Amino acid sequence: MAGVTSINLVEHALLVSIQDDITDTEILELQDRLSTKISENRVDGVILDISALEIVDTFVGRVIAQLAGISRLLAADTYVVGMRPTVAVTLVELGMYLPEIRTALSLTHALAQLRRV
Amino acid sequence: MPSPSYAAFDEKDLGAQVLLSQYKLRTSGDAVTVRQAVARYMKEHGATALSVTRFATAVSEIARNAIVHAGGGEFSIYVDPRAKQLTVVCWDKGPGIEDVELALTDGYTSGGGLGRGLGGAKRLAKIFEIRTAIGGGTSVLMSVNL
Repeated sequence: MAGVTSINLVEHALLVSIQDDITDTEILELQDRLSTKISENRVDGVILDISALEIVDTFVGRVIAQLAGISRLLAADTYVVGMRPTVAVTLVELGMYLPEIRTALSLTHALAQLRRV
Repeated sequence: MPSPSYAAFDEKDLGAQVLLSQYKLRTSGDAVTVRQAVARYMKEHGATALSVTRFATAVSEIARNAIVHAGGGEFSIYVDPRAKQLTVVCWDKGPGIEDVELALTDGYTSGGGLGRGLGGAKRLAKIFEIRTAIGGGTSVLMSVNL
């Protein structure tokens, strides 16, 4: 599972694939890299691919909310794609509804939504 | 088990549970290691995907708590093969929790988090027990059926 979280430009969006074993230090780095890339590439959207995440605890949930918040301030919409059904059930039990996050079932769906903006 | 502490669990609490493995909790990477170890064991013993995700999430919450609020701790995994139960104990030598009821309340945070971690972990585990003493550390015991 070890790997570096990647950021790739897809159409007018940045695709961020978060790894399951991401550490706190890497998350701070990611926030920094992502904000720089959003402003450099003038993207319309950020797509967070969390399909590799076996769990989302309150810490990771907060990170996702923060990444969305940063993107919002830099005028990019955030979509979360690839959430596992068991993760969705667990997040609701934790009381984390992530209201500021838009979700899409797939990357294709997220890109289609962004094209309509 | 760690050396006897005011806030620790002992053999009496663990009954027929057998120690499977023990880990030191120091960095956020250690929280990943322990929740992955718990998830692997549960999957190998036929637990459902939802059961694994719920319990691994609870494990991640309490392991992170020990690292963030207590500067680290120790984590043990026990199993009772006959009762088909897995138990984890997360032990730290941190400052302890002054008001456990308050700490378990959704929305209460002492450290800049969302304040849902401990209460969330309690909801996600079948058995959840916490022992804490001011200056004597905190121990959390959680169990799940396999």
